[in-house]
Order: sequence, then C-alpha cells, then structure tokens
Amino acid sequence: MHNYLDFEKPISDLEGKIHELKKLAQEDQSIDTSEEISRLEARARDAMREIYAQLNAWQKTQVARHPQRPHFVDYANALFDDFTPLAGDRRFGEDAAIQAGLARFRGQSVAVIGQEKGHDTKSRILHNFGSARPEGYRKAIRVMEMADRFGLPVVTLVDTAGAYPGVGAEERGQAEAIARSTEMCLNIRVPIVSVVLGEGGSGGAIAIATGNRVYMLEHAIYSVISPEGAASILWRDSTRAKEAATNMRITAEDLKALGVIDGIIKEPVGGAHRDPEQVITATGDVIAKALGDLSSLSGDAVRAERRQKFLSIGRNL
Amino acid sequence: MNWITNYVRPRINSMLGRRDVPENLWIKCPETGEMVFHKDLEENKWVIPASGYHMKMPAKARLKDLFDGGIYEPLAQPKVAQDPLKFRDSKKYTDRLKDSRAKTEQEDTILAGLGKVDGLKLVAVVHEFNFMGGSLGIAAGEAIVKAFERAIAEKCPLVMFPASGGARMQEGILSLMQLPRTTVAVNMLKEAGLPYIVVLTNPTTGGVTASYAMLGDIHMAEPGAEICFAGKRVIEQTIREKLPEGFQTSEYLLEHGMVDMVVKRHDIPSTLARTLRILMKKPANQTANAVQPIAAAG
Repeated sequence: MHNYLDFEKPISDLEGKIHELKKLAQEDQSIDTSEEISRLEARARDAMREIYAQLNAWQKTQVARHPQRPHFVDYANALFDDFTPLAGDRRFGEDAAIQAGLARFRGQSVAVIGQEKGHDTKSRILHNFGSARPEGYRKAIRVMEMADRFGLPVVTLVDTAGAYPGVGAEERGQAEAIARSTEMCLNIRVPIVSVVLGEGGSGGAIAIATGNRVYMLEHAIYSVISPEGAASILWRDSTRAKEAATNMRITAEDLKALGVIDGIIKEPVGGAHRDPEQVITATGDVIAKALGDLSSLSGDAVRAERRQKFLSIGRNL
Repeated sequence: MNWITNYVRPRINSMLGRRDVPENLWIKCPETGEMVFHKDLEENKWVIPASGYHMKMPAKARLKDLFDGGIYEPLAQPKVAQDPLKFRDSKKYTDRLKDSRAKTEQEDTILAGLGKVDGLKLVAVVHEFNFMGGSLGIAAGEAIVKAFERAIAEKCPLVMFPASGGARMQEGILSLMQLPRTTVAVNMLKEAGLPYIVVLTNPTTGGVTASYAMLGDIHMAEPGAEICFAGKRVIEQTIREKLPEGFQTSEYLLEHGMVDMVVKRHDIPSTLARTLRILMKKPANQTANAVQPIAAAG
C-alpha cells in the first residue's frame, strides 16, 4: 500500500481509479479496461510530474520524511559490497542511530557512516528514529580516525531530524560529541564525501556532513533547526512550520544557490521512494565521481581543501 | 559608532558622565529577590554581593575587566553579508539587527580584543548576550575566525567567553555552517601550539556548545551558568518527565566531566593567567596579582 502525502491527492485519486479498474478487469474478463487504464496512467504521470516539478519547501520536507523513502540501510545494501558494520564507542555503549563500518565501494575500500531511521516500529525504536546520542557520534569519530590511519576514504549518508535531546545524552556531552565529530571530519587526511539523503537536521547532521564534497538529494532538506522548531521559537506557534520552511531556505536548490552544497542528485518523479533503485544508483555515481576527483590529492591537500571549503562558505554572498 | 572610535569612546563617555542606564536603577537578584543598586552591581563585576549570583556581564565590561588596566586593542569587525536570506518572521531580520545595534552599540554579538592579562598577552573573544541572544551567525563566525587568526599571528593564546542561545535562525543554514568554520579556526590555533581556553558563561547553548565552546584545551565555567546542547523545554517535551535538580548548570557539568573547574568571576583573570603561564612554560608572575595556590583536593 502506498502512503500518499496530502498534496498528492490528485495522484492518489487517479491511482485509486486505476487500481479499481484493474480489479474489475480481473473479476470480469469480458470488460476491456486497458485503454482506460493507460489513459489514466498517463494522466497520473502528468499530475505527478506537474506536482513534483514545483514542490514548495514544506512539501519537500514531507517527501524527505516519507516513511517509504529509502534510508541508510537501503543504500548500504545496494551500493556497498562486504559492508561490515562496527559497533560501540568503546566508552559507554552502542548507538544504532548511527551506522558505521567498513565496506567496498565499486572495488575500493572505504569507511561508511550514516544515520538510519528505521522502516517499521521495531527498527525505528532500535535506531531511535535516526536521532543519535553522544555514543553514536563517538563511534563515528572512532571510525573516522581509523579510516584516516588506513587511508580509506569516508562516505557519509546523512538522514536525521537532529541529535537526540535527552537527559542522558546531555549528561554524556551531546554538544561535545558533536563538536568533536565535526572536528574529526575537518582533521582527517582522507577524502570525505557526504550526501544528505532525507533530513539534514542541524548539529546532528553537520557532525558527519563536514565533507570535501557535500550533495543533497533533490527533495532532501538541510537546516539549522526543524521547520516546526523554528516556528515555535520565532512565532511561538509550531503550526507555522510551512512558513518557517520557506523563509529558512532549506531545500537543495536553496543550499546550492547559497554555496553550501556542491550538487543536487535528481530523484525520480514522485520522489525517491517511487524508484529507490534509480536514486541509489544515481547517488552511487555521484559518490564515485567525487571520490575519483579527490583521489589525486595528497592527505594534507585533501584536508586543506576541506578546511578552505568551509572557511569560504558565506564569504561571497 | 565604529570600532576605532569605540576604542577611545568609553573613556570619554565616562568623563562626560554619560550613562547607559538611568541613575536610579535597582536590579533584583534572580535568586534571592534582593534589590541591588546598579552602581554597586557594576563595581562588583555584575555579581550580586550578598548572594554571589552571577548576572550576565556586558561584553565591553568583560574585556575591560579582564585586561590589565582595562587596556586592550579591539579587533575590527570583519565585513560580511547582511541578511543573505532576506529573512522575516514577526519582524524583519534587518530591523532586529538595527534594534540590537542601537541597544548594544555593537555591530554584532562578538567583541574581541588583544591585550595582557597579568602581564601575559592574549586574545579574548566575548559574546554580548544582549545582541540577539548572543546568537551565532556569519558576522560572529567571521569575527571568531579572524580573532583566532590574530592570536596565531601574535603567537598568543585565545580565551573565549561564550554567552549564546545558539545558532542565529534568521541566517538559516549559513548559521549552521559557522560550526565547522569556527572549528577550523580552533584547530589552526591548536596546530600552532597555542592554548585555547573556554570560559563558559550564562547561558551557553545549542550550536555554540556544539562547536567552539566545547573544544577548549581547558573549560572553565562561571558558577550557576546554564550550559547545554538541547534546552530544558525541548527535552521535557521529548521525554515528558521532570528533569534532575541542577540539570545543565556549571556544577552539574563539572560533576559529569564536561568542564574542568567552576571559577568565580573575580578569580577568572588570575586563574587564566596562572594556567596559561604553565601551559606556555612561562615563569610565574611574581609581581602584582600574586595568586593564592590552589591546594590539591583530597
């Protein structure tokens, strides 16, 4: 069963009719619905193309959070061979909100780090809906440090509403863990390529998204605070999230224009969840190209390039 | 008023008897409710004399108090893009900037100065909380980067006094980008072999804590300061239960290993100087403000 977003009503109406006609044709072989079905399918495709060509920031937020959107695990399974997840921060515990490990990417040894949101109730709880605690960031730090020593490029796949706001997380130094993770990203002498798959939620995202190259999927969002959070602080009214989403400029297109990201990865019409294979392959191609471009740089140069890239952001606006 | 005139103006202002606050202002201690005359409060470095409660200290007063004889060279505020998002909520961001500039006589939240503390040269960076809650945007980020670059050029330590609600939402993603930008600056100083000390003041939260405020070689905190990543309200809404007593205060962070020491405002300059002299392998300052040694605990 497909989950439709509120603005997809015209599409859901048409696809509902198509579904009914198909059922009818199955029940009664004498009725020929094929012509009507193909006519409706064409209309549904047109409606989808039209709607998705002009999604506003709030609609993109909904697509980015779509429950059927491909998550870290889908990318990890499709893009990497021998993906070997590693667990624990060696200090306190394991945090499954952040997945990190070793893998082969198109033949090359790499380290992979990213947030996993989960796809059903059980896995969502296991992964804490993709909101990491300090242990998650400290695991990321550990894996980045190891990647640096072994000369493995790092691929990060970002998808989080934000770092987890909880008592334990605060007590164990959530802020420090994020700061150290960002610092590790900036200091290692191997290339880092980051892709925001869905939500790039503030400090919880930047902690693993400080890469030499940073990309976003077409309908992903990346923001200093969630639209709801911004609305509740700026207007004291979280229902104005739509307005906040627009004003804060959180879409891939916005961030490209502001010079914060390097590129946008096209999604299939109707969003990544309509054709996960296509978007995952496209993401892999972009990562491969970026890693190829960075491979000629020495360790010192790759680090200097990353630092310079971030220092330059906002200087020419 | 620009930054060069700012250098000499405070003295002229005080000679002319110009006051930022009305003569008859009394201030209430948030802890005990005691009323304190503003002059007495200022003279006691914004610490309530009876209760010892540390009020927020204006950035200018902080620099003046820190540096020997109140003398320092203010670092220029770098020119940056204003309102790149053309942002407005209930008010235009440009109007908020105008209001804050009028209120604080500062270009943005960061004030930085180069001077001597107990004879030791250092760069100090202070957030003015009254400027949009000390929030971190492009202007603050760039001022911080430049201050670190200056410390490196001067081969001297940098001391940071954060007081901030976190990232400046009116600058959206560009405010988030100040986290990695300032972190680059911190690391350039560290690689130059120079110390970086953070003195956490009330409040230090959000994106500021998640970057330069938690990356010091040494973390000091003023008593009773609120220091956190996520605010209490957000946490309560998430977990729907009461928070532990003293949660997210300096003392709580000391207990949880996130700061090295809680230091009263009056002791900060001497503690900084003593610590930095050891780190930089400089002899103890025998003259003027000889500091009482701290007895080892236990």
